[in-house]
Amino acid sequence: MNLPTLESINLAASLPVLILAGWACLLTAIDLFISPERKHWTAWLAVLGLLASGVALGFEAVAYSQRGAVSAFGDMAVVDGFALFLQGVFLLSAFLGILLALNYLPRHNIERGEYYTLLLFTTSGMMLMAMAADLIVVFLALELLSLPLYVLSGFAHPRLDSEEAAMKYFLLGAFASGFLVYGIALTYGGAGTTLLSGVVEALVGGGPAPNPVLAIVGMGLILVGLGFKVAAVPFHMWTPDVYQGAPTPVTAFMSVGAKAGGFAALLRVFLIAFPATGDTWGVVIAIIAALTMILGNVVAISQSNVKRMLAYSSIAHAGYVLVAVAAARYPEVEPLAVSAAVFYLLTYAVTNLGAFAIVIALERDDGTGVEVEDFAGLAKTRPWLAIAMTLFMLSLTGIPPSAGMVGKFFVFQAAVQASVGDPLILTVTIIGVLTSVISAFYYLRIPVMMYFRDGEGQANVQPALGVALALTALATFLLGVVPAPFLQMARHALLTLAG
Amino acid sequence: MAYEQYIAIGILIVFSTILALIVVFASRILGPRRPSPKKLVPYESGMTPIGPAMRRLPIKFYLVAVLFILFDVEVIFLLPYAVIVRRLGLYGLIAAGVFVVILTIGLLYEWKKGALEWE
Repeated sequence: MNLPTLESINLAASLPVLILAGWACLLTAIDLFISPERKHWTAWLAVLGLLASGVALGFEAVAYSQRGAVSAFGDMAVVDGFALFLQGVFLLSAFLGILLALNYLPRHNIERGEYYTLLLFTTSGMMLMAMAADLIVVFLALELLSLPLYVLSGFAHPRLDSEEAAMKYFLLGAFASGFLVYGIALTYGGAGTTLLSGVVEALVGGGPAPNPVLAIVGMGLILVGLGFKVAAVPFHMWTPDVYQGAPTPVTAFMSVGAKAGGFAALLRVFLIAFPATGDTWGVVIAIIAALTMILGNVVAISQSNVKRMLAYSSIAHAGYVLVAVAAARYPEVEPLAVSAAVFYLLTYAVTNLGAFAIVIALERDDGTGVEVEDFAGLAKTRPWLAIAMTLFMLSLTGIPPSAGMVGKFFVFQAAVQASVGDPLILTVTIIGVLTSVISAFYYLRIPVMMYFRDGEGQANVQPALGVALALTALATFLLGVVPAPFLQMARHALLTLAG
Repeated sequence: MAYEQYIAIGILIVFSTILALIVVFASRILGPRRPSPKKLVPYESGMTPIGPAMRRLPIKFYLVAVLFILFDVEVIFLLPYAVIVRRLGLYGLIAAGVFVVILTIGLLYEWKKGALEWE
């Protein structure tokens, strides 16, 4: 057996993750010595860590463009375009997540430094997830991603709905992790290895004593575990309660980061390890995608609480990404479908963080003020806020000029290409387009409220929140109007077997 | 199959059983017996183990249990490392060092947060 060496870690390639995880550990200790009145120092120190990780990521991206993908941690992780792109999305989401919380936490009297350190921990889990090339690392990253989020959901302690959210999320999340581990164990039993590249070798033959049945059962269980993380129907039950109960900045970050992290693992595991059984999981994922889009969009119509509505909207958006995942099983469509999926995750990240920033601006100190009626008359009192919210809602619906439109366009383009000779994907694509139309009903209700109803329209935009709003609104607009440079980056977001 | 390699375990089982029996019976024969209700409960300073399960219990017990598991796991990890410490060389030293540093930060955290104070 080969013993690991320092060289096999490939420190340079995994530096962005290591910096963030290491800084999170250090900041946990530093935060102990920062007095309660100065907790915003922790926030800025956390931003510093994100910045350092971002610089390392930049260097890594430059190196990638010159020498291609490399493996790290002795082939258990791989740094390719896919990993780098998603790691960028995670860092951006975490930065916005800190900006959203900076004024929110003291206003709600829950300012504790742990928010920022836990945010760094979960972000490093997501980044590890993006580069995981071994099922054990997938599991490790999933836990590093999930455990801090369970705590963060209950961060508004002693508010009861927040505690309920944390408990629900933890119990169901632990259950889903169990499914994932069981799936990994069965896959190991079937393939004799946990390396994704080894699993594919064992399944297509040539490996030692492959047992495809065990591996397929394992694959199904892995799908359950990851489907829970991305909130796909029928594993979505926790989403509305947790999103509504958790503190709003946590909800904003979770809806974006945890989802993208889940999809990072889903795409890599299924496309790299299980391409041989594509016609099995392709059908399952296509059906799940259809159910997710239908349920998310239809149930969102009847919601009066905006946080809950955005939770169902987040379920629906998981459905759209799943369409791209289902389409990616055809090798000729795979590059397009994978870049469409990661680009969609980017557009969803900026749009949804922006929408939640507005919700935070409207939320009162006791956690109320997030009903649809509370948006009435906002266009008169806060015209800029109303314009930004309209932009975010258009983007979530998929109407130009917004990021969401471009994202949806590329997902459906990939799906249509894959639908040649596959009536199921074609049906799912049509369902996707139809449910987008349905979603206009509940998304556009908010602009209607703001512009055509009279009301008080109270909002409280503090500096950090204002910066976050400006950034997300600008990004949503730019991604919709000049998507070319970002699409170019997404095109490079290809999955590699191993470096 | 060669069973010789299991002889050591077999001897361990036999001797630990004998030792346990000696301890139990020696205290029964030699020790003074003055029973009182307090002394008859299985865990003298812990919780009453018999009774309804749905009741309030001091969260401090839970905290101590979690902290115990944390350092229990540390021992479990460091033991196999100690066995092949020379073969792993510098790599192993750094890996184990990182592990211990992370745990130390955890210990520092709980200490500063007052989790180690009973009252």
